[in-house]
Amino acid sequence: MTIQEWFEKRKEAQLERRQMENRLDADDFAAELWTKCVHCEAQITKKELEENMMVCPICDYHFRINARERIQQLFDKDSFEELFKEIKPTDPLNFVDTVSYSDRLEQAKAKTGLDEAVITGIAAIEGHKVATAIMDFDFMGGSMGSVVGEKVTRIIEEAIKRRLPMLAITSSGGARMQESALSLMQMAKTSCAVSRLDEAGLLYINLLTEPTFGGITASFGTLGDIIIAEQGARIGFAGRRVIEQTIRQKLPSDFQTAEYLLKYGQVDLVSKRADLRKNLASILAMHEV
Amino acid sequence: MMVLEFEKPLVEIQEKIKELRKISSESGMDLNKEIETFEQQANDYKKELYSNLKPFQKLQIARHQERPNFLNYTRLICDEFIEMHGDREGTDDRAIIGGLAKIGDKKVMLIGTQKGKSTKENLEYNFGMPQPQGYRKALRLFKHANKFNLPIVTLIDTPGAYPGISAEETGQGSAIAVNLREMAKLNVPVVAIITGEGCSGGALGLAVANKVLMLEHAYYTVISPEGCASILWRDAARFPDAAEALKITSEDLTELGIVDGAIKEPIGGAHTCYSEMSQNMKDAILDSLKSLEGMSAEELREQRYNKFRAMGQFLEG
Repeated sequence: MTIQEWFEKRKEAQLERRQMENRLDADDFAAELWTKCVHCEAQITKKELEENMMVCPICDYHFRINARERIQQLFDKDSFEELFKEIKPTDPLNFVDTVSYSDRLEQAKAKTGLDEAVITGIAAIEGHKVATAIMDFDFMGGSMGSVVGEKVTRIIEEAIKRRLPMLAITSSGGARMQESALSLMQMAKTSCAVSRLDEAGLLYINLLTEPTFGGITASFGTLGDIIIAEQGARIGFAGRRVIEQTIRQKLPSDFQTAEYLLKYGQVDLVSKRADLRKNLASILAMHEV
Repeated sequence: MMVLEFEKPLVEIQEKIKELRKISSESGMDLNKEIETFEQQANDYKKELYSNLKPFQKLQIARHQERPNFLNYTRLICDEFIEMHGDREGTDDRAIIGGLAKIGDKKVMLIGTQKGKSTKENLEYNFGMPQPQGYRKALRLFKHANKFNLPIVTLIDTPGAYPGISAEETGQGSAIAVNLREMAKLNVPVVAIITGEGCSGGALGLAVANKVLMLEHAYYTVISPEGCASILWRDAARFPDAAEALKITSEDLTELGIVDGAIKEPIGGAHTCYSEMSQNMKDAILDSLKSLEGMSAEELREQRYNKFRAMGQFLEG
């Protein structure tokens, strides 16, 4: 094949693909059967993506998932028993910025079908029972206000009461600004609860998922006896932009990724989503007497 | 001395008084009556001004360049202060300073964030923004105090934990988190005082205490009003609105039960009279320690746990 022919052939293939894609656009995209990987831009069917735990089958990019999807993927079928659902947010400071906090809460509830940014309960992983808190980034960026702090504290206290290991699955931008100092105090409250879990000699595992920042990494989010980060997750204390503005230099592209933190000794292991159940089950089994 | 925008009318009256004095002494005219009137006016105005400060004005006083810093306080309130340096892992973060102190007849572990007053000092103390190593140094001192049954007093004035590359690589988040967890376990009385800026986790990392106080014009918040304004209002210039909404003042936070009370500042702010400020602080520290005296280790831990356990507002049912 001459170079000329090679180019011709490639052009043909590209054309064909584009026509194919256009057809897809017209028919299937309307039916919302297809989606595009935000990382490698490959066209994938939604079904294929869902069957692959929301991980791109082409480039292995882990899409962020919500708390319900996490529960479904991670825990034994029908093992999850929700607790403390009755704890609901209020607007203690009557906080108004461009929108009122009350309105933001209503919007978040409508968008997610959740009452708050965390779901708490008891579940099992390959038969190993755990107390667990699962954060949901879709609810106001997974931010921690009074309700998140209270539910996390209660589930930790429940773990102590039932002598269960505790698994916190985080996905959060940090503290909830609209509750100001009350949010800040949730960091203290949850960490004090962890101190009791610690003194009770119970296993505490953190699973850090995309993204985990600020008040969460600076409280219950990194106090685990074992810290697992999901592959590709961005994890840190300060946001990337804040750091760039402070030090006025460009940051490494992999800065604050799970893999970067592993390199600097901040997490015990980085796990692919597909391996999480197996890894968690092994760790839980290893600590059983 | 640096004059804040809202203080200008007051300064104008004070200058008028100065002028009258000069005229009086040069011409021999008796202007005492006029001077007295102006002085009265200045005093009234001052009292009025400083008892009705807006949150963003308090913010300016809390950040005043000449506000007393940690080392000023150690000199003014301690009869003895033996600094204990370093985290024993290769670093002595100067943004957090601590050591053995004698305040009145009390032996305590005194720890605080340190800010500078000049460029040179600010570089040394990193503008009062600790690295993870600073929090770990503090933890080492907490444990020392715990071992030798010394009450702990922390003085906090920080714009936040440092946001930088190595801070992230060495675990800024977990360094603070570990302090929160370990402070809960301490068997000794802990008193925390927000003396200037109490910004976010960087402040809280030294503030899980039995008793938490603030200086009258200090502020305590989850995020700086500027940071909050730039995120929620998408305009950092709206920080006065954010400062208002965030409820950052000692009055608001006392009402919310976040702090146990405020320590009075001299009229005009802590920077206008170091000796008066230090005396007020010393009295508050000794009173607080006295109020915790006689509590057992178990009672102290329980009181501290319950204090933070009760924080937060939500609906149930």
